Amino acid sequence: MASVKEQMENVVVEEAKVAPASALAADLGDVIASDEWGPEAPPDRREFVRFTHLHRTLHACMIVSFITLALTGMSLKFSYTGWARFMSHMLGGFQTAGFIHRTAAVIMFAAFFTHIVDLFKLKKREYRSWKELILGSNSMLPMKQDLLEFIATLKWFVGIGERPQYGRWTYWEKFDYFAVFWGVFIIGSTGLTLWFPVFFTRFIPGAFINVATIIHSDEALLATGFIFTVHFFNTHLRPEKFPMDTTVFTGHMPLAELKRDKPREYQALVASGRLEQHLADPQPAIVVKTIRVFAWMALFIGFSIVVWIIYAMLFAYR
Amino acid sequence: MKASRPTRIELAPLALLLAAALLLAGSRAAAADNPNDACLACHSDKTLTTKRAGRTVSLYVETKKFSSSIHGSLSCTNCHADLEGKDLPHDTPLKRVDCGACHGEESKQHAKSLHGRAVARGDALAPRCASCHGNHDILSVKDPRSPVSPMNVPFTCGKCHREGTPVQTQRKIEQHNILENYAESMHGEALLRKGLSVTANCASCHTAHNILPHTDPNSSIARVNIAKTCTKCHARIEDVHRKTIKGELWEKEAHVLPACVDCHQPHKVRKVFYTQGMADADCMRCHANPNLKTRDGRPLTVHAADLSSSRHAKVACSQCHSDVNASRVRPCETITGPVDCSKCHEQISQDYQRSKHGQLFAKKDPNAPVCKECHGTHRVLGKHDPQSVTFATNIPTLCARCHREGKQAAVRYVGAQHDIIPHYRESIHGKGLLKSGLTVTATCTNCHTAHRELPKSDPESTVNPANLPATCGQCHHGIQEQFVNSVHSRTVTTTTKDLPVCSDCHSAHQIRRADEDGFKLDIMAKCGRCHAEIAKTYFETYHGKVSRLGYTKTAKCYDCHGAHDILKVTDPRSHLSRANVVETCQKCHASATRRFAGYLTHATHHDPKKYPFLFWTFWGMTSLLVGTFIAGGLHTLLWLPRAFQMRRELKAEEARQAAERNGGKEKHDGER
Repeated sequence: MASVKEQMENVVVEEAKVAPASALAADLGDVIASDEWGPEAPPDRREFVRFTHLHRTLHACMIVSFITLALTGMSLKFSYTGWARFMSHMLGGFQTAGFIHRTAAVIMFAAFFTHIVDLFKLKKREYRSWKELILGSNSMLPMKQDLLEFIATLKWFVGIGERPQYGRWTYWEKFDYFAVFWGVFIIGSTGLTLWFPVFFTRFIPGAFINVATIIHSDEALLATGFIFTVHFFNTHLRPEKFPMDTTVFTGHMPLAELKRDKPREYQALVASGRLEQHLADPQPAIVVKTIRVFAWMALFIGFSIVVWIIYAMLFAYR
Repeated sequence: MKASRPTRIELAPLALLLAAALLLAGSRAAAADNPNDACLACHSDKTLTTKRAGRTVSLYVETKKFSSSIHGSLSCTNCHADLEGKDLPHDTPLKRVDCGACHGEESKQHAKSLHGRAVARGDALAPRCASCHGNHDILSVKDPRSPVSPMNVPFTCGKCHREGTPVQTQRKIEQHNILENYAESMHGEALLRKGLSVTANCASCHTAHNILPHTDPNSSIARVNIAKTCTKCHARIEDVHRKTIKGELWEKEAHVLPACVDCHQPHKVRKVFYTQGMADADCMRCHANPNLKTRDGRPLTVHAADLSSSRHAKVACSQCHSDVNASRVRPCETITGPVDCSKCHEQISQDYQRSKHGQLFAKKDPNAPVCKECHGTHRVLGKHDPQSVTFATNIPTLCARCHREGKQAAVRYVGAQHDIIPHYRESIHGKGLLKSGLTVTATCTNCHTAHRELPKSDPESTVNPANLPATCGQCHHGIQEQFVNSVHSRTVTTTTKDLPVCSDCHSAHQIRRADEDGFKLDIMAKCGRCHAEIAKTYFETYHGKVSRLGYTKTAKCYDCHGAHDILKVTDPRSHLSRANVVETCQKCHASATRRFAGYLTHATHHDPKKYPFLFWTFWGMTSLLVGTFIAGGLHTLLWLPRAFQMRRELKAEEARQAAERNGGKEKHDGER
């Protein structure tokens, strides 16, 4: 294998030079001029189904609402920048921007609670008890295994160990997942306070509105900053997946990728003989291409917001 | 009236006393021996005559007339003093009777008078006492038969001063038809036709004995004294003529003001008498000429239409050009200087002299504007006349003549205001005046005054910060009332620092509507000039951020603190006092509660002492943020080399598989 690898070194180098922009152009061009209207699905091209339809929809909802919240919110937070003024006027004024912001918040809340409801359904459907759901191998909850894998990962990073045999959910995926819980709780609760200050000040002192403003604003900064950099990298922009991991959008991942990325899950599925149940034909090419365009737009907006934040905080801060 | 010349009325008791004494003495003398009998023995003879200078003169003395005369109780020798103790018949000629022995003051006056000096010259036509009063038949001035009684004075004077008499033809008398004119004048008509004995006769103006030419400064009809003479009767005449003169200038500055006689010619005195003499028509005889110029080329033409349509339509030329002299053929040849408007417009003139314009004029600055620069000359129109350059809507154009950029006033100007005229035109005042045509809108003169313009730095200036609230308050009175009670007013706050006045927020010339977005958004910067810290913290709140985005529909400084009625929050009347703050919040947040009002509108998380919970919340959140990014960032950076390694391996594997597939395909093709 090593010899083959060496033989193909030149090819790899050429491949690595492909810039994201040209990749996007290629994707867009493919969508527009696609002649692959039908799936070519030989039996060996079946893919592993990682996310259900609902998961994908909720993720898409999160993307839309999150970006909307970020754009409208940052335009207020960084009101001292020209970009904020431009954005605010583009959105139809601060009142309209505020309306959009709250609408997006409602969508996010809806997505959040839909997921909670879905968890209950999942428990009813596939698990005998909450304990099984929470402590089982597919649980999102951080476990001892995750700590071990985290340590092993750090060792792998510094070259003193092999890549850990990750299971269905890696520790960073669990982190991202609970970051949403945390974020929705923190930003959502303070956001509601700011939305209905008159109502909330019937119970809490007026100065808590000031506190809520700081928490809402800074937590939002943390969320956007984290999502648009670390999360983007962890799940989409990692070199080995570059330019994009579309699993969360299509719901599918190639079996080879499952074998490579989540070996423990793969082995467990093979061992239990239930792998076949989780395989499906690939999404139609047009769906994949459309998803890619959407994902690229989300990426672009996300990065733009990061650039804007950096500019606002480092260069325009007054 | 001088104290040394008591009136006849004042003398009356004295005269009565004297008469009584003389009567007593006379009766005693008569009782003893009437000395006049001796004289009358000869002089009661009607044929008694004598030759004097070749003429036969009667020496008859009518006993009856003499005894009924005012001197009837005197003896002959009382007057003919040189006969005292002389034997009869006496030597001739007798010495001339000296009336001055008794009538000393009158005699002295007469001696100094025109008449007396003529007598002294030996002028045969010169009148002596007897010429007017008679000799042995002298009657009291109160006796209607007396030639010097008021009703008879014109005839007595007229004996010499009527047309055709030797005096009038042979002596230098400038006035003509004196008696006829007088008879037709108001005075003459009243005296002669209506029998008003108190009306002015010759002696009323010329005096009885102290008659002097008008060129003599002591004369009652001299230019400087004429007003005093006329006002003996016409005491309040100045009220009628010009209130601004306050009844003083005719006496005080008689040399520059037109005297009574300039308009009301002597002897011809009529109610309205401007059509002759120095009346406008006389001036216009020359000045209507369109080619009339001074030697140095300045036009001297006066357009009658200009005058008749002007505010001064009823003012005679000579009232302004008061240097004219009625006694000249060209009355204007005595004019030496420009018209002095201050004689009528006294207060305005004082204001002008105090103003910057007047100060420059006093320094003889050639650019200094004088009255006519703004008001014109003969076509002076009132400020309420839309044609006038001083009409409200024309004021900016008028002032712009000098104050536009590059013009004489603008180039010397050292203040901070520039493009004043265009800025004013675009201001709310300028638009109100020039676009909406609102003549009550403030124009240049409303703030700077019309005549007392002073630079802002002058404490007396209407635009000096100390006076500005009052100046703006002329129109914005309600605002001024609020402002003077606010913390920004000097009457409330004592500080060495500058306190803001109207112009600090509203600017001087670019004043905008306060309900315009631009103004509303600028106000934070205006307040922030002094309240820098508090403005900064405002921008950290939602209100401030929305404002900074360029929207006005959020609380700005004045929404909470008030605009002009800003008070300390500790003041119960303040919008932000404990009693009022909830109501203030409710202006926008309809159902705001007291606890809601606890929101910190100027909160900052940079002040750990004042707002510790905000400070620690902020730094707690910031630590969380920084910590998360450091952890996440490090994790990613460490991952990166491995990720690239994986990518390389993956691509190599893909390439290997592709090569395998192609190899198989080729082999397959080769088999076919």
